Amino acid sequence: MHRHRLAPVLATVVLALAACGDEDKTAAADTTTTADSVDDLDGTVTVLAAASLTDAFEAIAKAFEAEHGGVDIEPSFDASSKLATAIIEGAPADLFASADEANLTKVLDAGLVAGESSIFATNVLKIVVPAGNPMGIDSLDDLVGADVELSLCGDEVPCGTYAAQAFEKAGLEVPAAGDQENVKGVLTQVQLGEADAGIVYVTDVLAAEDVDGIDLATDQLVQAAYPAAVLADASNPEAAVAFLAFLRAEEAQSILEDFGFGLP
Amino acid sequence: MSRPRGPTATALAAVGGLALALLVVIPVLALITRAPWSSAADILGEPANRTALRLSVQVSLWALVLSVALGFPIAWVLARVPFPGRRVVRALITLPMVVPPVVGGVALLVAFGRRGLVGQWLNRWFDIQLAYTTTAAVLAATFVSLPFFVVTVEAALRGVDRRYEDAARTLGASPGTVLRRVTLPSIRGALAAGSALAWARALGEFGATITFAGSFAGRTQTMPLAINKALDTDVRDAILLSLVLLGVSVTVLASLRDRWLGAA
Repeated sequence: MHRHRLAPVLATVVLALAACGDEDKTAAADTTTTADSVDDLDGTVTVLAAASLTDAFEAIAKAFEAEHGGVDIEPSFDASSKLATAIIEGAPADLFASADEANLTKVLDAGLVAGESSIFATNVLKIVVPAGNPMGIDSLDDLVGADVELSLCGDEVPCGTYAAQAFEKAGLEVPAAGDQENVKGVLTQVQLGEADAGIVYVTDVLAAEDVDGIDLATDQLVQAAYPAAVLADASNPEAAVAFLAFLRAEEAQSILEDFGFGLP
Repeated sequence: MSRPRGPTATALAAVGGLALALLVVIPVLALITRAPWSSAADILGEPANRTALRLSVQVSLWALVLSVALGFPIAWVLARVPFPGRRVVRALITLPMVVPPVVGGVALLVAFGRRGLVGQWLNRWFDIQLAYTTTAAVLAATFVSLPFFVVTVEAALRGVDRRYEDAARTLGASPGTVLRRVTLPSIRGALAAGSALAWARALGEFGATITFAGSFAGRTQTMPLAINKALDTDVRDAILLSLVLLGVSVTVLASLRDRWLGAA
């Protein structure tokens, strides 16, 4: 009876180790098959990027890897504010792409940026509602009513900071709206019908199903600027510098445009 | 034993049944009915989800190994060696069971982060970086799972009939032989149960991990963190991954059935 309990544990350990071995082998195979381009760049580049960049950066990473066969881009996405904290607390990373200047400045002030930062994209806010706009929302004023369940980013997250600026421009108090951790969280709440409306970027509305976007009035427009920089503690600075340059180059810029970003 | 009957028993049974339905049966049924069964294979085959699963297995098994290796000496000393302050030590060991995991994560971060109490010296002298690495995820999981092993094994060690150990010793067995041939075999069940509990707790660990190790795909993003992330991107993934963890938990519970459920 007692033996039976230990057997599954042992089996799991063996399976896990076997699985890890497999994974390493496939990774090695990938490098050998793709490393045929003439390029002295190689290794992994850990890219920490704002949540709103998710789809665009996955496409850009593929394009970069196609050009530099030896390089493996490993992107991680979250709120820029959370990524900035992680970098300052020592998260190993090569490049940081923030959705606002403030969070990049935090990292810069901590002495953790190498070289110059560079703005590679812009974005604008949009009101997001479930498809068909059941609440008939058409401006920021409609969001402050008590009967609208609103979803916003937390005020330390860029999408929350920008949303607060928009409400300020409209002369409205920022309504309380259960702080979401990042912009994709706001979008999901609206998609699930847990919120009647939210404020996200135009790029999120473009990428999402089951939602409609409503433009802000021109005098309430807030433009988001996305700066990126190579980090001082980068383990692969050469490839990170190349990726930063690639972000500003034509191919990446046209990918960003396809996903609805503005160009600097 | 007589069966209690009457209005009191009926009322208590009704409250109990309602609680069971509301808090366990309905949520689990909701997961099962909302799960995207038709695309289950595709979702589980996605590289990102497979990576999370593999990382979860790796991290939780390492935490189990550490919990056993560190937990057994602690349990043995607590059960066998009287020393002043033993009750305080026992309380300290079980602290992670009652402390909110996020508090544990913050504590680990300010202890072992780059600017942490100990972490800054690790970083400066040995160039060791713990926070936001897979090692950090293992430490966070060990932090929460260790007490489960210690508590289970210590209780069993106290229950061992010391006369068998004494008999072995008078027959000339060395302390090591007594431990290996008499003590350990007599607590086999507790060792297995403690390991299963510690492993299950490590597998489900979320709060300390996301705080101390962050949520980086392939490095620290274990299943619970991947589920949290999937809520921001694709809820169907979140549901399916949740069911996988639910299945594991049910299996662990079933493997412990004759120990706990069998007693009733």
